[in-house]
Amino acid sequence: MPSLYDQLGGAAALDQAVDIFYRKVLSDDRVARFFDGVDMERQAAKQKAFLTMVLGGPNHYTGKDMREGHKHLVAHGLDDSHVDAVIQLLGETLRELGADEAAIAQVAGIANSVRGDVLGRPPARAS
Amino acid sequence: MPTVRCRGAAIDLAEGETVLAGLLRAGVPVSHSCRAGACQACLARATAGTPPAASQVGVKETLRARGYFLACQARPMEDLTVAVDDDPALAVGARIVSVEPLGADVLLVRVRPDRPFEARAGQFVVLRRPDGLARSYSLARVPDERDDTIELHVRVIPGGRMSGWLAAPGRAGDPVELRGPAGDCFYVPGRESQPLLLAGTGTGLAPLVGIVADALRAGHSGPIRLVHGARTPTGHYLVHQLEGWARPSPNFEYLRCALHGDPAQNLALGSLDEVVIARWPRLAGHRVFLCGDPELVARLRKRVFLAGASLAEIHADPFVPSAP
Repeated sequence: MPSLYDQLGGAAALDQAVDIFYRKVLSDDRVARFFDGVDMERQAAKQKAFLTMVLGGPNHYTGKDMREGHKHLVAHGLDDSHVDAVIQLLGETLRELGADEAAIAQVAGIANSVRGDVLGRPPARAS
Repeated sequence: MPTVRCRGAAIDLAEGETVLAGLLRAGVPVSHSCRAGACQACLARATAGTPPAASQVGVKETLRARGYFLACQARPMEDLTVAVDDDPALAVGARIVSVEPLGADVLLVRVRPDRPFEARAGQFVVLRRPDGLARSYSLARVPDERDDTIELHVRVIPGGRMSGWLAAPGRAGDPVELRGPAGDCFYVPGRESQPLLLAGTGTGLAPLVGIVADALRAGHSGPIRLVHGARTPTGHYLVHQLEGWARPSPNFEYLRCALHGDPAQNLALGSLDEVVIARWPRLAGHRVFLCGDPELVARLRKRVFLAGASLAEIHADPFVPSAP
């Protein structure tokens, strides 16, 4: 079963996905402040990497990267509500691109799996 | 901490110190201007060691592959040996042909490169004086079959070292050096019906005028919308020339914008970003060029994006002033 990344068109489709997603987060009062003020090119590159990861494409982010990358945002109040908002906006983006609900739920699952790292929570211990 | 070697000096960089700062501290003269990674005056080459990726952002692909990097952005992780300024591969000798007033405090500077110089109107070059003083300017015109000079628009800054030098009488004939070009604000033919939006402040008009000329010459059929912003109408220049281009043209539209002034034909009052978005609130499918004041360029970039222009189609060239 090809990943949603491939289904949507791979790297070529990513630029369009980033445009739609980035516009949504910049226009959303709940999360805009975390995306605003960062150089747009740098921000777009991060979006692209994030989208590649949650869509099942080739990605090299580690849990540590997610922690380090969001540490300063957590210090500025990043919490579950913001992660929820981003996952919702991600879903809307994918809907616009023609993904089906099952695929969207799968993507939300992947995004949720890094919630703990993004919010700087203690890592779950292996039992 | 890593060591930087240059011209026989070995400099131990302090924590977080850039290559540029370290070299200047050690008394090695290195051309520089904005210290923000924008103007490329401090372009240097690592002859040993690998420069950090962050210091190669904006550097042309072909140069990156050969170890070129921006010294003001380089906080190396390893020892580097660096060649600066005296790299003949980087520079083209040239002569100032003429310096004429274009507007209240803007000069038209024509420079003739000693040998063929490949560049597109809208890109920028580093103009370097024989004593090493360097500043970045956008190309309003590049050499062609009829005219082998480049044209720059230079704002005369009070106390400005380069602009003051250029404004002084007797500059014609003086030798200078050109480095570059760099930047991705230029016209690329191929989608001739695409709407183009070009917005800039002050001498941001230079690259935009060059791009408009290229588009018109290429027979661009889609709308070409040029908006020039200034604080007051005295800041506008080339007005007659641009009105002259617009009159016979079915698709070229020229609008001036000022914060203060008496309303007049083709003059909108307000800040550039307000005026642009009010006039064209839907920009999906547009190719956009934004040049000039960094704050306005950043504001416009975001607003134009939110209005529907895609990131890949927005070309921004903020004119970062030189840092003392």
